[in-house]
Amino acid sequence: MTMPLMRPKRKNPVLRTRQMNLPPWARGRVALGITAAAAEGRFELQTCEDCGTVQYPPREACHKCLSPRLHWREQSGEGELLSSTTLYHSNDLFFRERLPWRLGLVHLDAGPTLMVHLHGEVGDAPTRVRVGARLDRAGQAVLIGFPNEGSPHMADDKMLREMTSDPKFRKVLVTDGKTEVGQAIVRALVKAGADIVWVGHAEPWKKMGGLDDITALPQVTLVPLDLTNGRSVSELAGEIGGKVDIVINNAEVHRSFGIGARRGTDVAKAEMDINYFGLLRLAQEFGPALKGRSADGVTGSTAWVNLLSIYALSNFPPHGTFSASKAAAHSLAQCLRAEMRPAGIRVINLFPGPIDDEWNQHTPPPKLGASTLANAIVKALRDGVEDVYPGDVAQEWLERWRDNPKILERELAAGGG
Amino acid sequence: MTTTTELMSTAEILGGLVSAMSTGRIRVIDLTQTLTPDFPQIALPPEMGQCWPFRIEEVSKYDERGPGWYWNNFSCGEHTGTHFDAPIHWISGRDLPNNSVDTIPVQHFVAPACVIDCSPQVKDDPDYLLTIEDIEQYESIHGRIPKGAWVLMRTDWSKRQDPEAYQNFDETGQHTPGPSAEAVRFLVEHRDVLGFGSEAIGTDAGQGYHLRPPYPCHYYMHGAGRYGLQCLSNLDLLPPAGAVLICPPLKIEKGSGSPLRVLALIGAQP
Repeated sequence: MTMPLMRPKRKNPVLRTRQMNLPPWARGRVALGITAAAAEGRFELQTCEDCGTVQYPPREACHKCLSPRLHWREQSGEGELLSSTTLYHSNDLFFRERLPWRLGLVHLDAGPTLMVHLHGEVGDAPTRVRVGARLDRAGQAVLIGFPNEGSPHMADDKMLREMTSDPKFRKVLVTDGKTEVGQAIVRALVKAGADIVWVGHAEPWKKMGGLDDITALPQVTLVPLDLTNGRSVSELAGEIGGKVDIVINNAEVHRSFGIGARRGTDVAKAEMDINYFGLLRLAQEFGPALKGRSADGVTGSTAWVNLLSIYALSNFPPHGTFSASKAAAHSLAQCLRAEMRPAGIRVINLFPGPIDDEWNQHTPPPKLGASTLANAIVKALRDGVEDVYPGDVAQEWLERWRDNPKILERELAAGGG
Repeated sequence: MTTTTELMSTAEILGGLVSAMSTGRIRVIDLTQTLTPDFPQIALPPEMGQCWPFRIEEVSKYDERGPGWYWNNFSCGEHTGTHFDAPIHWISGRDLPNNSVDTIPVQHFVAPACVIDCSPQVKDDPDYLLTIEDIEQYESIHGRIPKGAWVLMRTDWSKRQDPEAYQNFDETGQHTPGPSAEAVRFLVEHRDVLGFGSEAIGTDAGQGYHLRPPYPCHYYMHGAGRYGLQCLSNLDLLPPAGAVLICPPLKIEKGSGSPLRVLALIGAQP
């Protein structure tokens, strides 16, 4: 049983805030295949196309038959714990600060034997375990041995919480509370046990509805925040930046125009101003404070979430300028991820298909509901993934894009959404 | 009848003005709201083109971006903050000669102003519309509105510092005061005014779209080649009659309006 995480005491303000020392992060190109899958929440290992061997660690060729025809295949992770050991000493700075630390040797049913971090609920060897891949604070895949049957509070495991970004007892900024999606995110965070949810409120004179309901929640505080206004962003960062543990940037402008359907650039500029420059302003102002508190105990700062779009991968011409702004935001989010990496702050990008809102009124279903999207964000924080493609449409587009981006481009140009 | 000024040389008139200003007999009042990102902009339905709010970003501030100097870039629409409306702003004025800010005769940028106080009525009714009776009542006390004068509707609306209260939206739209269609026609056709000025975000009332014609102040004033001033402040410091407004907009080619500094010259209190 994992003891449920108790609300941590307030921190002693005369003590220095501990800074992040990343866990070992160097990986070869081949080994990064595990990271690529873990970034989306999957555990994959190389499988030989010729002899069927599943191998670990990753190599250039099959260790059994030397075939170079290796493919990454998703694994169930079922296996047997052969032995475990608890470290009380480490020369590595990350582990040294988090001792004791339990490791185990697992023999997968699929063949290979691997070293894993052990969840506290896994008993002594021999016992059945399920191995999963997670991203650690360095953003690299690590393997974790989970119990076959977990208890309700298994997410509160000390080792696991070092890997994930669970919102429980954390303080979150949601940049736009005026949309249905924003309000659903706020509700999902409150349900997930967030301590404080600050909710951005731009142009307060425009009444959009729904805001009163979330404002009534005791965890919620409305804050003035307009991502088009650098001063507004910097003032809010000055006020609460040092307390925010998770930034969820859901503010966006979405209009449905290509190039020819709308004269001028004002709409495209408005989209860029929020979707791209808004992220830039937010990252410049909130990034430094977030980076400074990433090793600050069990509720330290931990993650940055961007609401992008599946159209960021390939332009959807009927929503052409919106797609372009999201592609720009995606590119910037990659830069943000690189800059946040030394502090161990996870940057999570969501690539939803069409959301069921007024700007997708003419888009036929399936459309992503606001609460589905909100739950996907909370799940991503809890699971420690960094790329999320929520919903059927996003999954299908992703598959087509991975299969052949040029073919997808041609299909979209011909109206095949 | 020969007036005093006709007996004076222009040098004496201007010299007298400068001297009266330096001694404080003539005072200069600023009727302008400060340009800040916090000041709200006109809100239209989201599917329409939008006026940019005022935004400002540092270029450098004695730092690595420019060690010895401080300056900013700013952006805004022509109709942001305290601003001037030219006749070309409205479709009714689009074909008039000299209808844009760059071609308006500059003499029009210095003109007398009549201030009609509607603040008591607006206190009880944010949708208050200035009536012909209000104008006649004003004239019965302060004299006839001279040809070529600004008519400014004082409402004390500018004292609403909170942007939410200033915009005053509910689910049926904006609720701010302005002139009735009849009052605007009266001012244009019977008083030959230079333009109309207000303290709220537009020269027309917040519910002006529902009047006949929609936005009557824009429609009639600009259709007759007259001007608008909005987001004015400090109208409570002006005398009902006798103030002189100085309000030149920026010289934007074919500009429909511009943010500007609006100054009023008034006599010191007796």
